Amino acid sequence: MKYVDEFRDPQLIGGVAREIARSVDPHRHYRIMEVCGGHTRAIYRHGLRDVLPENIELVHGPGCPVCVLPTGRVDDGLAIAQRDDTILTCFGDMLRVPGTHGTPLELKARGADIRMVYSPLDALRIAQDNPAKHVCFFAIGFETTAPSTALTLLRARTLGVRNFSVFCNHVTIVPGMRAILDSPDMRIDGFVGPGHVATVIGCRPFEFVARDYGKPVVVAGFEPLDILEAILLIVRQLHAGEARVENQYRRIVLWEGNLAALRAMASAFELRPFFEWRGLGFISQSALKLAPAFADFDAEVRFRVPGVRVTDPKAAQCGEVLKGVLQPAHCKLFGTQCNPEHPVGALMVSSEGACAAYYRYVHRGEPVTA
Amino acid sequence: MAHGAGGKASRRLVEGLIAPLFANETLAPLADAAIFPVAACRIATTADAFVVKPLRFAGGSIGELCINGTLNDLAVSGACPRTIMVSLILEAGLETATLRAELEAMAAAAARAGVAIAGGDTKVVEHGACDRMFVTTFGVGVVDERLRLGAQHVRKGDRVLLSGPIGDHGITILLARGELELEADLRSDTRSVWPMVRALLDAVPDGVRWMRDPTRGGVATALNELARDAGCAIALHEDAIPLRSEVRGACEILGLDPLHIANEGQFLAVVAERDAQRALEAVRAVAGGEDAALVGTVQSEPARAVVGITGYGGTRMIDMLVGDPLPRIC
Repeated sequence: MKYVDEFRDPQLIGGVAREIARSVDPHRHYRIMEVCGGHTRAIYRHGLRDVLPENIELVHGPGCPVCVLPTGRVDDGLAIAQRDDTILTCFGDMLRVPGTHGTPLELKARGADIRMVYSPLDALRIAQDNPAKHVCFFAIGFETTAPSTALTLLRARTLGVRNFSVFCNHVTIVPGMRAILDSPDMRIDGFVGPGHVATVIGCRPFEFVARDYGKPVVVAGFEPLDILEAILLIVRQLHAGEARVENQYRRIVLWEGNLAALRAMASAFELRPFFEWRGLGFISQSALKLAPAFADFDAEVRFRVPGVRVTDPKAAQCGEVLKGVLQPAHCKLFGTQCNPEHPVGALMVSSEGACAAYYRYVHRGEPVTA
Repeated sequence: MAHGAGGKASRRLVEGLIAPLFANETLAPLADAAIFPVAACRIATTADAFVVKPLRFAGGSIGELCINGTLNDLAVSGACPRTIMVSLILEAGLETATLRAELEAMAAAAARAGVAIAGGDTKVVEHGACDRMFVTTFGVGVVDERLRLGAQHVRKGDRVLLSGPIGDHGITILLARGELELEADLRSDTRSVWPMVRALLDAVPDGVRWMRDPTRGGVATALNELARDAGCAIALHEDAIPLRSEVRGACEILGLDPLHIANEGQFLAVVAERDAQRALEAVRAVAGGEDAALVGTVQSEPARAVVGITGYGGTRMIDMLVGDPLPRIC
């Protein structure tokens, strides 16, 4: 398969792995954060830990949109779904995310009309096909998925679809990274930058990490070779005493990003003053809401969304895992009360959540003690 | 609804449509039970229910699936299939042409396997009470006397044999639902695995320890169940697993693991190490078994787990499927 097989070539991977082993200083410990949940999943899925030297520690970042969505927002979305005349649509990842009174799948089983879609355009199509119903799209995701929501809103307005709205939970990656960098217990040496987000926003928005915090960032793709090459580039920067943004994912990512996507986002969204991130708390200007010109399509304006705030379960240490302070298996609930079948914390829900990925690909099912 | 009420219309449905298509001696009396002679032997029985949307898809349909699925549950138990019962739950308003097509598919699948459909039942429910048609089946087979199959017989060093490419059925159904704007030249792999199983058992009757058809939950779930039941580990060599590029591509795009995707025409067998090559050759010699492969090895550690080994020496745990496979966001 083109663009996949060449990045999984055992010989090339072996070569880069050996180069990393040759390059590392055996007396030094390297803590490298992969910002994106897609990277976390790929690292576990391909067993990359096994081909890296012991003193390279990979730390999972905040880049799984399901994981950082607070329970209160899930409850708000499910409140919309409970209206008799409404169809709630969402991505597959969202269906198993627990709200206070159950997951969207459980609510669907109890009779709510909740449908999985693969794109917000599918949700718009459902609205066109069901004129007697209101169709709300539960939008989540970083800048990776925000442009498709924006384009859907633009199309909905052009088509004059009146029974369609978006419950917007899009977040932006840079404030999330800044929150981690500002955290007093931050001990990260370098970052594998989020490749999918960068396809939209480019590499420039990550320059502050190098400039203000002196940490290297290498924007990387999601195949084993991409991730290993990014780690090698970070190690080289650290040894050279450098801190800059490098683009390993040049086959997809342009330095300036995707201007058409950015334009669509700029016309459909504006920044929220504050948004709550699960585990990280309120972060200013870290999320998107619909621009006033799209108020007719804004579920938060159309419906009285309860605006629920739910405190995370005290024992779940999602925040510490998100900040890279704890490894998943060291959370008190990991593998016991919190597992993919019964997730307590959000990191156990999506396949890109650090805990779910760790459970699925590394953990063996028995309780893990710290 | 009258067709399910037990009166003239019911009789017309059974005598006019169902019985002629399934015609055989055991069914002919249309009695309350089918009666057939059985010599002193071990009998295998299995029941299954089939709910599939859409009813017809590339490579098969619910009619074909219900027969093959039942045959395969018997086959991987080491049982030569003897007879199948079919119960139909039909939604009022189901077109006769659709019903006929599915009955013909059942009859053809049973005929291919040389098995009689010996009875069943028909109920018609109100519109909306079921999704067009549901089928339940009951199968009876005679177990090969030479066999002692079960997780308790699995030993360290045994090899895992897979009969062919995985994920064809699950991905075909996913695409057939039309919710994805993805197209792939794929067909369900629904078929009876009995010819391959019989060849395997004939080639190495003492060497087969365990068999399973990896349907819902896929290869990952079937092997995890084995690992837990046998208290062993299965090392799965990921590069050796036969997989069509279309299935692989769809799984990559959707973030699904092909090992969790349902199959309908494949089987897994654990065979003794000494017989592994002969077993592989026997399956490969049967039409449709050409892509069979030895994909794994039974180990003692880590106990009760399935470990994937990548082509470049990485390892990962392969867990059972949790819930339905759901596509990820990005």
